[in-house]
Formats: sequence, structure tokens, C-alpha cells
Amino acid sequence: MTAVTCIELCKTYRQGDQEIKALDHASIDIGEGGFVCLSAPSGGGKTTLLNAIGGLDIPDSGEVWIAGKRIDNLGKGELANLRLHKIGYVFQAYNLVPVLSARENVEFVMQVQGVPAGQRAEKSMAILKEVGLQGLEDRRPAEMSGGQQQRVAVARAIVSRPALVLADEPTANLDSKTSDALMELFVQLNKTHGTTFVIATHDQRVMGYAKRLIKMLDGRIVDDIDQQAA
Amino acid sequence: MYMLRIMSTLAWRNLWRNHRRTIIMISAITIGVWAMIFMTALMRGMVNEMVRDGIRALPGHVQIHGRGFLDDPGINNLLPMKDEDVTASFDAAGFDAWAGRIRVPAVVTSERDSRGITLYGIDPVRERDITFVAGDIVEGRFLEDADDSGVVIGRKLADNLETELGKRIVIMSQDPDNEIADRGFRIVGIFEARLEAYETSMLFAGKSAIQKMLNVPDRINEVVVLGDDYRNVDPVVRKVTDLVGPGVEVLPWYEVDSYLGTMMTVMDGFVLVWMIVVFLALSFGLVNTLVMAVFERVREIGLMMALGMRPTSILLQIVIESLLLLLLGLLIGNVLAGATVYWLRDGIDISVVAAGMEMFGASSLLYPQLTAHDVVLANVVVLILGSIASLSPAWRASRYDPIEAITKV
Ligand SMILES: Nc1ncnc2c1ncn2[C@@H]1O[C@H](COP(=O)(O)OP(=O)(O)O)[C@@H](O)[C@H]1O
Ligand SMILES: [Mg+2]
Repeated sequence: MTAVTCIELCKTYRQGDQEIKALDHASIDIGEGGFVCLSAPSGGGKTTLLNAIGGLDIPDSGEVWIAGKRIDNLGKGELANLRLHKIGYVFQAYNLVPVLSARENVEFVMQVQGVPAGQRAEKSMAILKEVGLQGLEDRRPAEMSGGQQQRVAVARAIVSRPALVLADEPTANLDSKTSDALMELFVQLNKTHGTTFVIATHDQRVMGYAKRLIKMLDGRIVDDIDQQAA
Repeated sequence: MYMLRIMSTLAWRNLWRNHRRTIIMISAITIGVWAMIFMTALMRGMVNEMVRDGIRALPGHVQIHGRGFLDDPGINNLLPMKDEDVTASFDAAGFDAWAGRIRVPAVVTSERDSRGITLYGIDPVRERDITFVAGDIVEGRFLEDADDSGVVIGRKLADNLETELGKRIVIMSQDPDNEIADRGFRIVGIFEARLEAYETSMLFAGKSAIQKMLNVPDRINEVVVLGDDYRNVDPVVRKVTDLVGPGVEVLPWYEVDSYLGTMMTVMDGFVLVWMIVVFLALSFGLVNTLVMAVFERVREIGLMMALGMRPTSILLQIVIESLLLLLLGLLIGNVLAGATVYWLRDGIDISVVAAGMEMFGASSLLYPQLTAHDVVLANVVVLILGSIASLSPAWRASRYDPIEAITKV
């Protein structure tokens, strides 16, 4: 079974009298346990595609299937459930709730899921340690650097071990050392748990970790490279 | 209820993000609640005084007459039972206080002038606990017993008649056979009342003396009973009705004096209107505060929704935030109002403005009265209407688009 299937996705934005094709008949197929990088210059449609895959945005046409289930025709409530239980997100721009500490942000999704407090604490402490934020658990986002905030977001995305993780430029605010550490963590999770990763990026280092590299331009898929063979 | 937990945490923390705004809002709610409760207590205190005065001015809590007496009060509408039978049964029933009266329209004549009045033949010993007159004698003495051959009249009436303490007057009325019945009395006491009408229209004499004069020995036409609280007279009405049986009219004070009775009902309506008006003033601030708070949080609310939180949870979160504001305001407001009422428990001197109030029968010392009913009402009004008012900003928040929140850089 494939983890993600997109068939002929189109999405057009209108700005004034100009039409912008954010997705232009984009089709992809990602198998379970895939580790895929979406690479495109800024404005290439990465975020739009991730939002469509993640059930945040409905494409104008085409189909989206997640784990064998078609999702582009689901209602709002079902989509919310899907996002809550099946997918981990690292968003491009805004990730953390300002009034919650690092640990509370990491626990947020689990709390909404209804995971008991003891279990939540254990998992969140472990994952924060894994992303190198030990000792910063009680800091609010405003008391952390951009890179630290980004790692909290990553920790939240992977803490409940979703089958699919969508990360939109997760290393944008990180130095090369932390970027590497983060990517190694992703690779590790991919190996041990079979978690599928779809990572949008224009960072060459990140692409180096991917098993598969999908290149986009102006909303179209222009290249699909299997990097494992190489 | 994990959801409730996280929603409350978020609501509480968000509340204190903008200290100043929150504190201003809580102060506004506090003042509003204080005004609702304290002003109501003042109004209640005023009405209380009026009703107590009114009741002391004669009605008692429950009255018994022959049927139709209120429409045609006079000597022809006597109670069917004898005075001494009434005494025996009412004494045995153990009321807090009660008294039998004979009450007829009459004309009083001095050497100079004459006036129409209501003549009360009373048992002064029993009336001491019921009417104001015994305590408000300013000259001379109150009647001593039912055989007393003196009368007590109001200061104003004495002035009108150009007579004074110690002088004689003649009272004239009709007996049951429509024959003129008259007799001379000496003025032994002069009373003052808060209402001028009382002073000009009431004249008190011994009950036996009047019975003799009107040629109705051993009969009365009014019995007055006092319970322990004017707000709770229904049990007394029932007890009296059981005691006297059918054939007579048993009326609570608010039917005897319908002006007083109406005032109580109007008061209840007025209290509710007052509370709602204060609340409406508050609600503008409340809704405004919430709209601003929600507007500032477009992104994090969108984020939470993007992560899978349902719109209803967002809505609830904002309503909880509003409830927290309201509860804090209510808590402080209730305490302040209670403290204010306690601080003024010895009464507020309103004699400066009292001159204008006398026509309402209010006294010049005002005792604010806090009732559980009013306090609960104020709290319920604020909580329920407050929740309703917060629904619109909360609804707006729950409609936010998560994409906007997470993609805008
Ligand atoms: N809400 C929107 N309204 C108008 N245009 C949009 C909107 N979102 C995205 N776009 C446009 O769609 C194109 C793709 O954007 P996006 O998917 O964010 O690209 P990327 O993430 O690769 O930078 C861009 O040209 C962008 O300006
Ligand atoms: Mg993007």
C-alpha cells in the first residue's frame, strides 16, 4: 500500500487579474517507509502540495489518497481527525502556541488525542532530549531561539509516532550541525519505525539525506530521482 | 476530560497575556456586579421600610373581615362570631400577635371644626405589637385598655380641628339600625406619623367604648394577625382560614393594601431590569475585549486547528476565557457588595433627601438589604448573558482558516 498518492492535483490562486498555478497536474506516489524530499525554488508549490497531502487544503481538482483512503472529499471534522491521529507536521512559518512551554507544545497533540498525563510526560521528555533541548522544557517559545523553536516543532511532529510526517523547510532556521542532527533523527525514525517522511526544502544538505528527490517548478513535478540506487 | 483541561489552561494563560486589559475588564465587571447587588440591596431596603411602615400603619400581615368589607367598610359588615369567641380561638391558636378592632367611618367635631375620619376601636394592649401609634405618641399617653374613655388623634388632625391635648371632641357615626350614635371623648394622646394622611384620617379609641357607643356590644368587624415575616404570609393565611372557616374573608396585607402589594411586584421587575441594564453596559466591554483577544490570536488559533483541534474546542476555549473573566469579576464584585452592605448595616442617613421621600412612606434611615434571591439573580444574569455575549467572538475564532495561520510568513 502507498502512504501518499496524489493524482493530477491542480490549485490555482488568483491575484488581481493574474492566475498563479500553485499546483499544475501534480501526481506523486510515495510508498510506505518512503523518505522523500520535495525540492523547488521559493514559490514552486512545495507548501501548497504539502497542505493538500496533509488535508489542510483542498485542491481544485485531482485526488489525494493517504494510506489507502481518499481524503480530498472528506468533511472538516474527518480531516481534523486525520491530521490529529495520522500525520505529524512541521509547518513552514508558525509552529508553536506562545502561552505553552516547550514541553506543553510537544504534548499538545497528545493531549488533544487524549493520551494520559504520565505517558505524555514520559514521551515528551524523551523526545525533547532526543532533539537536544534537555533543560529547556519549561521555556516558552519567546524564550527560545528560532532553531530551538524549530526543534520543538519537530519534536511535536514525531512524538506520537505518526505513520506520516510532513515537514515544510524544517531546517530553515537551523545551523548546519543541528540540521544534520535533525536529519539523522529523521533517518533513524524512518529506519526503526518505518515512518514515511515528506520534506519540502531547498537546502542541499537535506536533499542529501533523502532516498528520493522530487523536483518541482511552478507547480509541476519536473523530476523524480531515486537516490538510493546511486 | 483532557480537552477541558487543555482548554482551561490555554484560556487562563491567554487571559494574563494582556494584564492591563484583563484587569480593566475584571474591574469593570466587578463594579457592574457591585452596582447590581448593592443598588438592589438599597432599593430592597427602601421598599422594606415602606412595607414595614405600611403594615405597621394598620394592615398587619393578615386581616379577617366579613365578606365584601373592603368595598363597604362599616358597622353593617360585622364578623359573624362574637368578640369573646374570637379572643378564645385566636389566643389558643398561638399567633405572634393579633388584635380585634371595630372600624367605622365617622365625623369628629371640636369646638371649632369637624372632619371625616376613620374611627378605630382598639384593644390598646394587643395593638402595641401591631400598629405604630403606641410608639409614636408625642404628647400625652396611648390608650390604656379597651374601656379607656379617651381618644388618640394625629397631630395634623388636631391642628385642623384647632384643638389640643386634654380638650373634648365629639364623635358621630351610625349604629347598625342607621341611627345616629355619638359620644364625647377627651383627647388623651397625640401621635405623629410619617405619612400625613395617617395623621389626618385616623382616630383611636377604646374598643369597648366604641362598641357601647355604636350599640354593638361584643362584636367586631376586623381582626389583624401578625406573622414573623411579611414576605412569607401564606402560612399565616392558611392557618387563619382553617381557624375561622368559611363565611369570612381572610386577606394578606398585599391585598388589603394593594398599593404596597403592587410596589413589591413592581420592585421585583425593576430589580431584573436594573441588572440587565447594568449587564448590557458591561457586555459591550466584554465583547470588545474578546474580539480583540481573538483577533490577536489568529495565527495560534489557526495552528491549533491545523494540528487537529476541532472548531468547537476553539469556541469553548474562548467561552471559558470569558467565563473566567466573569467569574473573577463576580467573585470580587460579590465580596465588595457584601462588604459594603455589612459596613452600612447600621443604616444610611438619608434625611437630607428624605423630605422628598416622605410621600412614599420611606424613613430617613435606610438599611440596605441583601437577599439570597437578588445575589443569585445578579450572578445568574452575569454568567448566562455573559456566556451568550461571548459566543459571537468565540464563533468567529472557530471559523479561522488554519492555512492562513501557518503559511503567512
Ligand atoms: N493564499 C494564496 N493566495 C495567493 N497566492 C498564493 C497563496 N498561497 C500560495 N500562493 C502562490 O502559489 C505559489 C506556490 O506557493 P507555495 O506553495 O507557498 O510555494 P513554496 O512553498 O514552494 O514556496 C506561489 O506563487 C504563491 O505566491
Ligand atoms: Mg513554502
